Amino acid sequence: MHELSICGSIADIVTRHAAGRPVKVINVRMGQLRQVVPETLVYCWELVSAETPLAGSRVSVETVPARISCRSCGHVTEVGAVPVFVCGGCGGFDAEVVSGEEFLITSLELDEEGAST
Amino acid sequence: MGRFHRHDDGTAHDHEHAGDHVHDTGDHSGYATGGERVEVLERIFDENDKTAAANRAEFAAAGVRVVNLMSSPGAGKTTLLRETLGRLAGQVRVGIIEGDIETSLDADRLAGFGAQVALINTGNGFGGECHLDAPMVRSALSRLPLAELDLVLIENVGNLVCPAEFDVGEDARAMVYAITEGEEKPLKYPVMFRSCGLVVVNKMDLLPYLGFDLDGFLDNLRKVNPGAEVMPMSARTGEGVDAWCDWLRARL
Repeated sequence: MHELSICGSIADIVTRHAAGRPVKVINVRMGQLRQVVPETLVYCWELVSAETPLAGSRVSVETVPARISCRSCGHVTEVGAVPVFVCGGCGGFDAEVVSGEEFLITSLELDEEGAST
Repeated sequence: MGRFHRHDDGTAHDHEHAGDHVHDTGDHSGYATGGERVEVLERIFDENDKTAAANRAEFAAAGVRVVNLMSSPGAGKTTLLRETLGRLAGQVRVGIIEGDIETSLDADRLAGFGAQVALINTGNGFGGECHLDAPMVRSALSRLPLAELDLVLIENVGNLVCPAEFDVGEDARAMVYAITEGEEKPLKYPVMFRSCGLVVVNKMDLLPYLGFDLDGFLDNLRKVNPGAEVMPMSARTGEGVDAWCDWLRARL
């Protein structure tokens, strides 16, 4: 359940960027290799944001599949549901992760109606 | 009619939608709002990582090397630490940062072995944190006489998921894996197994009683972390503990 503490970090970042404006949606980009459960993150956000100025906003998670690039043959392999870091081209083990480790807030969608009331 | 939306590849753009053309991918949450979009592009672990860097700098300034020790609950971290402290006593000055959700039981087991122990109870909030993060480790630094230490061993909370996500300012990561856990664990917890330079394979004294396939485990480990160093051990009988202590000395 590190989703709760992650929501604390999200709240800090969102509060800073929103600068007092009402937030409707927080867009999060998350790589497959991040061990965060999107549904749990969404639920924890409700708990963490309740009774704060961010109450009512929701987290929208976009997931990014994991890909590895082989240092031997250059082949890029999409890592499957069971993450095995073996090159799909040559079977080599010397591969670097090129995507799937992202975990960032990409943007906020502000609530203009909320702002005017 | 131009429509702003975002595709799964992360690109965002405006374009004409022809007729009743329907997308089944992409985030269309933007349709519902007439609101402004604020670009953020900020990493969620930034604050943790900044504190981890500060911890690392403080350890380095004091000449202390730090190993973050992780495992599932009951794999044998605390037993290994006890054996380690007994062997390093008088040679290496060791401090322990002990992460535990609720109790001081593990810290108590380590008392009397000549090491400074700083306990972090993570039990604030909803049932306790499942990991140590950089700010928690930072809070323990004032309770360790870093200038008088050579090595700090961080005993993380027993968990194969969350601790792997948090840099706490360590120099190296090691994990204790027990053969009672099954061969498939590297495939189930690849992030943890990938993040460690050393995997201690503990409880080897139980090998005759288990149907454990060591080669199968090593094969699975290689699929997620081909570079990992592997060290067979029984912390209970002492087998392999000297090799572990040599590995620790080599960090200094």
